[in-house]
Amino acid sequence: MSEIILDIDGKEVSAREETTILEAAQSAGIFIPTLCHHEKLNSYGACRICTVEVESRGRVSLVASCVYPVESGLIVRTRSEKIDKTRKMLLELAMAHAPDSEVLRELAQEYGADKDRFEKESSFCILCGLCVRYCAEVKGKNAVGFIDRGAKREISFIPEIAAKECWDCKECFPLCPTSYLQAAYVLTEALAFPPKSSKPASEE
Amino acid sequence: MPRINSPAESEEFRKDIISKRDPNKPCISICTGTGCLALGAANVVAAFNDEIKKQGLESKVDVRETGCPGFCERGPLIVISPEEICYLQVQPEDAKEIVSQTILGKKVIERLLYVDPIEDKKITHESEIPFYKNQMRYLIGNNIKIDPKSIDDYLATGGYAALVKALFKQSPEQVVEQVKNSKLRGRGGAGFPAGIKWEFARNNPEKTKYVIVNADEGDPGAFMDRAVLEGNPFSVLEGLTIGAYAIGSHEGYIYVRQEYPLAVENVTGAIKQAEAHGFLGKNILGSGFDFTVKVHQGAGAFVCGEETSLLRSLEGKAGEATSKPPFPASKGLWGKPTNINNVETWANVPLIINQGADAFAAIGTEGSKGTKIFSLVGKVNNTGLVEVPMGITLRDIIYKIGGGIPDGKKFKAVQTGGPSGGCIPEEHLDIKVDFDELAKVGAIMGSGGMIVMDEDTCMVDVARYFLNFLTDESCGKCAPCREGVKQMHKILADISEGKAKESDLELLEQLCEVIGDASLCGLGKTAPNPVLSTLRYFRDEYEAHIKDKRCPAYVCKELISFYIDPEKCLACQICFRKCPAEAVIGGKNKIHIIDQDKCTKCGTCFEVCPSRFSAVSRLSGEPVPSPIPEEARIIVRKSKSK
Repeated sequence: MSEIILDIDGKEVSAREETTILEAAQSAGIFIPTLCHHEKLNSYGACRICTVEVESRGRVSLVASCVYPVESGLIVRTRSEKIDKTRKMLLELAMAHAPDSEVLRELAQEYGADKDRFEKESSFCILCGLCVRYCAEVKGKNAVGFIDRGAKREISFIPEIAAKECWDCKECFPLCPTSYLQAAYVLTEALAFPPKSSKPASEE
Repeated sequence: MPRINSPAESEEFRKDIISKRDPNKPCISICTGTGCLALGAANVVAAFNDEIKKQGLESKVDVRETGCPGFCERGPLIVISPEEICYLQVQPEDAKEIVSQTILGKKVIERLLYVDPIEDKKITHESEIPFYKNQMRYLIGNNIKIDPKSIDDYLATGGYAALVKALFKQSPEQVVEQVKNSKLRGRGGAGFPAGIKWEFARNNPEKTKYVIVNADEGDPGAFMDRAVLEGNPFSVLEGLTIGAYAIGSHEGYIYVRQEYPLAVENVTGAIKQAEAHGFLGKNILGSGFDFTVKVHQGAGAFVCGEETSLLRSLEGKAGEATSKPPFPASKGLWGKPTNINNVETWANVPLIINQGADAFAAIGTEGSKGTKIFSLVGKVNNTGLVEVPMGITLRDIIYKIGGGIPDGKKFKAVQTGGPSGGCIPEEHLDIKVDFDELAKVGAIMGSGGMIVMDEDTCMVDVARYFLNFLTDESCGKCAPCREGVKQMHKILADISEGKAKESDLELLEQLCEVIGDASLCGLGKTAPNPVLSTLRYFRDEYEAHIKDKRCPAYVCKELISFYIDPEKCLACQICFRKCPAEAVIGGKNKIHIIDQDKCTKCGTCFEVCPSRFSAVSRLSGEPVPSPIPEEARIIVRKSKSK
């Protein structure tokens, strides 16, 4: 694999081919905020908090650093007026769901985001998908998934799988930035798990 | 069915088909595209078949069920050849008369002809009707001559000559070069040069490559791709096969939404026939080139028209966008290089190979070559599919082809490009229609949706409509699109309900910027366009809604009221009887009044009040006058004896 040299915030950074801007920045000790990124999971590019400005062949554009591959000679800026404005708005949109999330509050302070800018939403899930992807990619169980699309998108445990797999796992719980996941789990357990006594364990 | 094994056999086969056809034998071509079928074309076909049988003319007259020629407004439509007599709005009961008068008696039936509204003149031939005359129909012009279920019809009109030429006279590189030189740009929306896209895929060293027809047409009101795939599926297959040869792919897919059952049926049938004849499958026409095509039915998600979502959907996953790069040309379907083009793009390929790149590039403007099909809909006299050369003005499309705005109303805007497009006002009607000019005025070419709006259209309502569509159709993966579009829709709803603050406009603009900049795929990046373009040209309408709580077009129900002028009402009781909400308080000889609490603002009273009274008026941004006292409502009519 050949090494690629790019410029991040004025610093010359060398990175392996096919790594992302985020990975290159992290390796150089440059911080870019993330919400849906996790080192054990495939890059996803959904929360867009890691948006950075790239300049390539004279064109400046905003890209999500967690999915954008490094290119030779790329100039990257991790903070600018435009980036900060974008992150601020994205945080405000997320805080319509989860105004009390610790991670979001910290970032909100950094970017001057107003947690009350948008009317509060009923669900406090920000759909970062960490739980869904962890369960699928790391555990290979798919006990929790996305349902519906667009503004109606939600996460949901699949009772048949969750009832078998989740008792002793719950590794996704600490990943959740809003604690919505735990609530969803408890709700599924209460409403939809088959009663423990109904089936002998040997049949499962 | 014979399998054709060489170019010579192919020509032989074509000649054989043509020689068996008598050009003077009358043929009744009946459009059985989805539009005409909805208007009862199947019954018209049955009536003609019955009548021909009854008169014992089975061997003397052909009936051909064809795809859509475009003039959907006046369907079911038929064209009688060889004279090319065009009859509109044909009903089953007309069949007898047409067979005896026109087919046998060679007489034209006047009442079924198109009447030019300006010159009040009847027009007999299809090509002379202004709707058709001002078009340039390279892609859909043959639809009326082809039964989409018959490969013979396609061959008889010159079909598959381009494939033979490409396979036997050109190298794959030469084909790519030709498509590049033709400057054909993708017809799906973004307008990326097709030849350059092909070259990326061609140059990829991977052995397995895929080619895909994107037939996931989803813009509200648009049906260009449906008409091409339904009406002339062989032209798309021919283009796709040429593309596969050029790129070095042996497997192709047609991704078509299941809401297009006729398109699915016709293209599936076309694949079978093409395989049987050796135009698809192993060793095509003896050239040594193998290529197979499968039809994949999508579930109808708008976002699956976006290529990365389409690919995921084709792989059996949820239709969600993924980040580019990597582009499909390097990592597409199942990680292999993939070339995706829209239906209309593929259909253009045989034209380019047949005529040569230069002839193709001679039509159009500097940056946009060839023709483009638009679905012209909305407040325009002649709705339907129109194919025009790039560079024609919007005004010519709407007035010369579309016949202008109905009911003497005033033109307000034309929306192009679907939910990612924009609204163009009167002042820009003379711009040349091409990819770049449309972008300059804040709209896009898109895949060819064109919705004409008259003075009764509220631009805030239009933006609200499209944003509502996008709220549902966003895949929901990335936050700016999912959350941002929802918030934009909320603000637009507030504006149209008179609940918005002046600062909301600024918030709306900030949302537009962030969603456009930060979204993952094209759907999100262009989602603000309906708002941006209406704000650009119709900001005063937004302000009227917010500041004056007034909807200037009288559309937004929360901001309008209906009122009966007591001076004008003569108690005719029409509105009293027609009001579906029983909100009109009336009676014999009693001036009618509207119970505003019951009124649902449906506008029935306004529509039915006879124009000689014009007693019902619409109010917006002003209070409704209080009803006159009960005793003043009695109308004392003069008795006839006096």
